Amino acid sequence: MIITVAGEKKEYKEGLSLVELIELEKIDMPEYVTVSINDDFVSSEDKETTVLKEGDSVEFLYFMGGGC
Amino acid sequence: MAMTDEQIERYSRHIILKEVGAKGQKKLLNGSVLIIGAGGLGAPAALYLAAAGVGHIGIVDADDVDLSNLQRQVIHSTADIGKAKVKSAKESMEAINPDVKVTTYRMFVDSTNIRELIREYDFIIDGTDNFPAKFLINDACVLEKKPFSHAGIIRFQGQLLTYVPGEGPCYRCVFKNPPPKDAVPTCKQAGVIGAMAGTIGTLQAMEAIKYLIGKGDLLTGKLLTYDALKMEFRKINLKKDCKCAVCGENPSIFEPIDYEQEVCEETAGRFATRDEQ
Repeated sequence: MIITVAGEKKEYKEGLSLVELIELEKIDMPEYVTVSINDDFVSSEDKETTVLKEGDSVEFLYFMGGGC
Repeated sequence: MAMTDEQIERYSRHIILKEVGAKGQKKLLNGSVLIIGAGGLGAPAALYLAAAGVGHIGIVDADDVDLSNLQRQVIHSTADIGKAKVKSAKESMEAINPDVKVTTYRMFVDSTNIRELIREYDFIIDGTDNFPAKFLINDACVLEKKPFSHAGIIRFQGQLLTYVPGEGPCYRCVFKNPPPKDAVPTCKQAGVIGAMAGTIGTLQAMEAIKYLIGKGDLLTGKLLTYDALKMEFRKINLKKDCKCAVCGENPSIFEPIDYEQEVCEETAGRFATRDEQ
């Protein structure tokens, strides 16, 4: 199935879970990364159980603390 | 109040723009912006807002200028090393544009001073370098119903979003709570390219200017991300979180919170002096 990850369309296996996607995309420190699917934030409780479906658009939003 | 001939000449490249005109320029001259942090982000933001003729600019920072700041903090020069950053920033802004009234606050923001500080200004720029301050500013702006620009930078990456009361999500809607101390690297630990601070701080100034003149679309409900190595800008849609602890339907935060501080620079002592001219 096709999923858009950070604006890029990619092919993944059917029934891919969010946890598997985070591993495949090598997301660093995922516990501190906000995830949105189709513009809705995924709550931390739902992160473990969310399964992706064809056409989903996933964004990873990272903490950036610098300014100095 | 009518502009002087000198002001008409100084701001002629603004006035000629149909989106600005004399009317918009007067809005800038009557407008006020508070910049929290006179560092990498605050430096370009302060310079462009002063040059643009924003009538009153407040600048907050407790630190002194250090040699390691000068790779990116373009408002300070080598001769300013050891000087209070707010003093150095004020001198640079006034040198560019004597029209501008600059108020300096040589202090750290915390839960006891932030609400009163932002109350006097039309728009707030978060140019701070740590998560406790970013959450403090967000919560205070939500509680005081003040628009603000959040930005963060690290390595070759930057991000920003604009909060406008009643129009879309706040910073806490997206990021919930500060990460534990040392969990996410600071730019002192990880480095940052100087021009990244210039780009993102300038975009913050642009948001302030658009807000003051009331033109264009702000980054409300959007996170703009910039990856300089890929030379890629992306705008990510954000929705308000109805469960947000500060701006949601059943908020649990009614006062700004002092989280544990972890800042980029070694900080001098706590100052709480105000120099207004």
